[in-house]
Amino acid sequence: MKILAIDTSTNVLGVGIVNHEKVIGEYITNIKRNHSTRVLPVIDFLLKDCGIDKSEIGKIVVANGPGSYTGLRIGVTIGKTLAWTLKVPIVGVSSLKLMAASGRYFPGLISPIMDARRGNVFTGLYKYEDQKLMLVEEDKHRSAEEWGYRLKEYNQPVLFVGDDSNIHKETFTNILLNNAQFAPSSLNTAKPGELGLLGKDLDGEEAHLFKPNYLRLTEAEAKWRDENREV
Amino acid sequence: MNKQYILGIETSCDETAAAVIKNGTEIVSNVVASQIETHKRFGGVVPEIASRHHVEQITIVIEEAMKKAGLDFSQLTGVAVTAGPGLVGALLIGVEAAKSIAFAHSLPLIPVHHIAGHIYANRLITEMQFPLLSLVVSGGHTELIYMEEHGHFEVIGETRDDAAGEAYDKVARVLNCPYPGGPHIDRMASEGEATIDFPRAWLEEGSYDFSFSGLKSAVINTVHNAQQRGETIVPENLAASFQESVVEVLVEKTIRAAKEYGVKQILLAGGVAANNGLRTELQKAVENLEGIELVIPPLKLCTDNAAMIAAAGSVFYEKGIRADYTLNANPGLDLESFSIK
Repeated sequence: MKILAIDTSTNVLGVGIVNHEKVIGEYITNIKRNHSTRVLPVIDFLLKDCGIDKSEIGKIVVANGPGSYTGLRIGVTIGKTLAWTLKVPIVGVSSLKLMAASGRYFPGLISPIMDARRGNVFTGLYKYEDQKLMLVEEDKHRSAEEWGYRLKEYNQPVLFVGDDSNIHKETFTNILLNNAQFAPSSLNTAKPGELGLLGKDLDGEEAHLFKPNYLRLTEAEAKWRDENREV
Repeated sequence: MNKQYILGIETSCDETAAAVIKNGTEIVSNVVASQIETHKRFGGVVPEIASRHHVEQITIVIEEAMKKAGLDFSQLTGVAVTAGPGLVGALLIGVEAAKSIAFAHSLPLIPVHHIAGHIYANRLITEMQFPLLSLVVSGGHTELIYMEEHGHFEVIGETRDDAAGEAYDKVARVLNCPYPGGPHIDRMASEGEATIDFPRAWLEEGSYDFSFSGLKSAVINTVHNAQQRGETIVPENLAASFQESVVEVLVEKTIRAAKEYGVKQILLAGGVAANNGLRTELQKAVENLEGIELVIPPLKLCTDNAAMIAAAGSVFYEKGIRADYTLNANPGLDLESFSIK
């Protein structure tokens, strides 16, 4: 079975094709350019280049958040529309989990970082156990500084993954000292082939109900909730 | 002639819509999922919330349109989608979905300008006769468009500040009407009398442009001044006075343009085309003109819908207009750049 993997959650645009266990095609860019004009052309190109017809796609895997709201919606809308109209299953994989997959051979904890402005980050905590990527602490919107102190309690080396970890390098290094380690650029761009593999054995979700995990309310909703003391 | 079926998709603001149109004129299915209830508590459309809703609704709405049409994707002639103008994040959902369907089923993709869609809603009622003039009035637009033939658009007048619908919403807010306020003002106006003399923005002589911000400010000032003096204003009379000013300018300029351009038809389009005051006055004015037919779509086709997008898409398809998979949402898309001529 051929899997089409789509990641548009950050500046990284990733499209991958997995055939059974094998990654057979990957397209990655890490530039600030509009995903909307590029994702379908890339899918079209990569399928053709790999000699695969769209009718052979048996599953679609999408990095479904957190991340850029608009970016997530582009990948999710393309993924769910294709899955629904081609009548194939769709599965979502955490965009942070996908980033954490870069730390496969790191002997410690892995914290993927997406900047969320004003000293905040989207992050979670992951760890490889017997070659399997395990969740240690859930994906959340957090203060970078508080997250640093939280990680300190583990008293273990932590690998920060993602270009945005550079924005908070000083914060994490000041708190975790030598236990704070940072992935090189080559490992900071999430691999769409890895996304396909992460979603390979997951059960398909209902395409109509498939949506991004923004992990945050919109500003208008948060303000309304505060003003109306909705719990 | 082979049957032509166009699937239309529209997500430019707060309605997620899909429809199938046969041969450009016949509605086979027309599905609209409105978000009005969601945005009500915020007093207006919140773009990020609109985008989030579109993602959740898009495939459900398209599926319903296809099911009601009883068609398979392989029977479609093409997929038409609103490429702009509108809210960029909202437009994107329709554009990505349309591209995905076109790609999955190797169908032609047809980009449609939202205003062209509003105009072509009229072709679902009666065949267009050229040359024609269309008055497009909505929450985001107030334009007079001249068309010599299918696919040709010349904007001969447009608002220089607020759209007419925008002025309605703001006046409605001052009068504490719930969102969306336009229909409330229209109803109140019918119950009141135009007792206040609000300004009419005619602009330079011969201009077909509009301006509603001065009128809006005049209404707001009248209400505030009355409040400060402890006077009461009859809201129905205020609504009637405001509406009279808007309608008089819209109708007068439309009739003048229709005469100057020698058109055979006047088409009313856009959400404010649902306004009773405007419909009535325009009808009265056109009755005095010989040889000009007035076409006003039913309410359902005045507000945002995808039937109108498919109807316009049908014409653009025949004219050979296509987009590839690089098609993007364009919040400031220019109508004349779409024009065939």
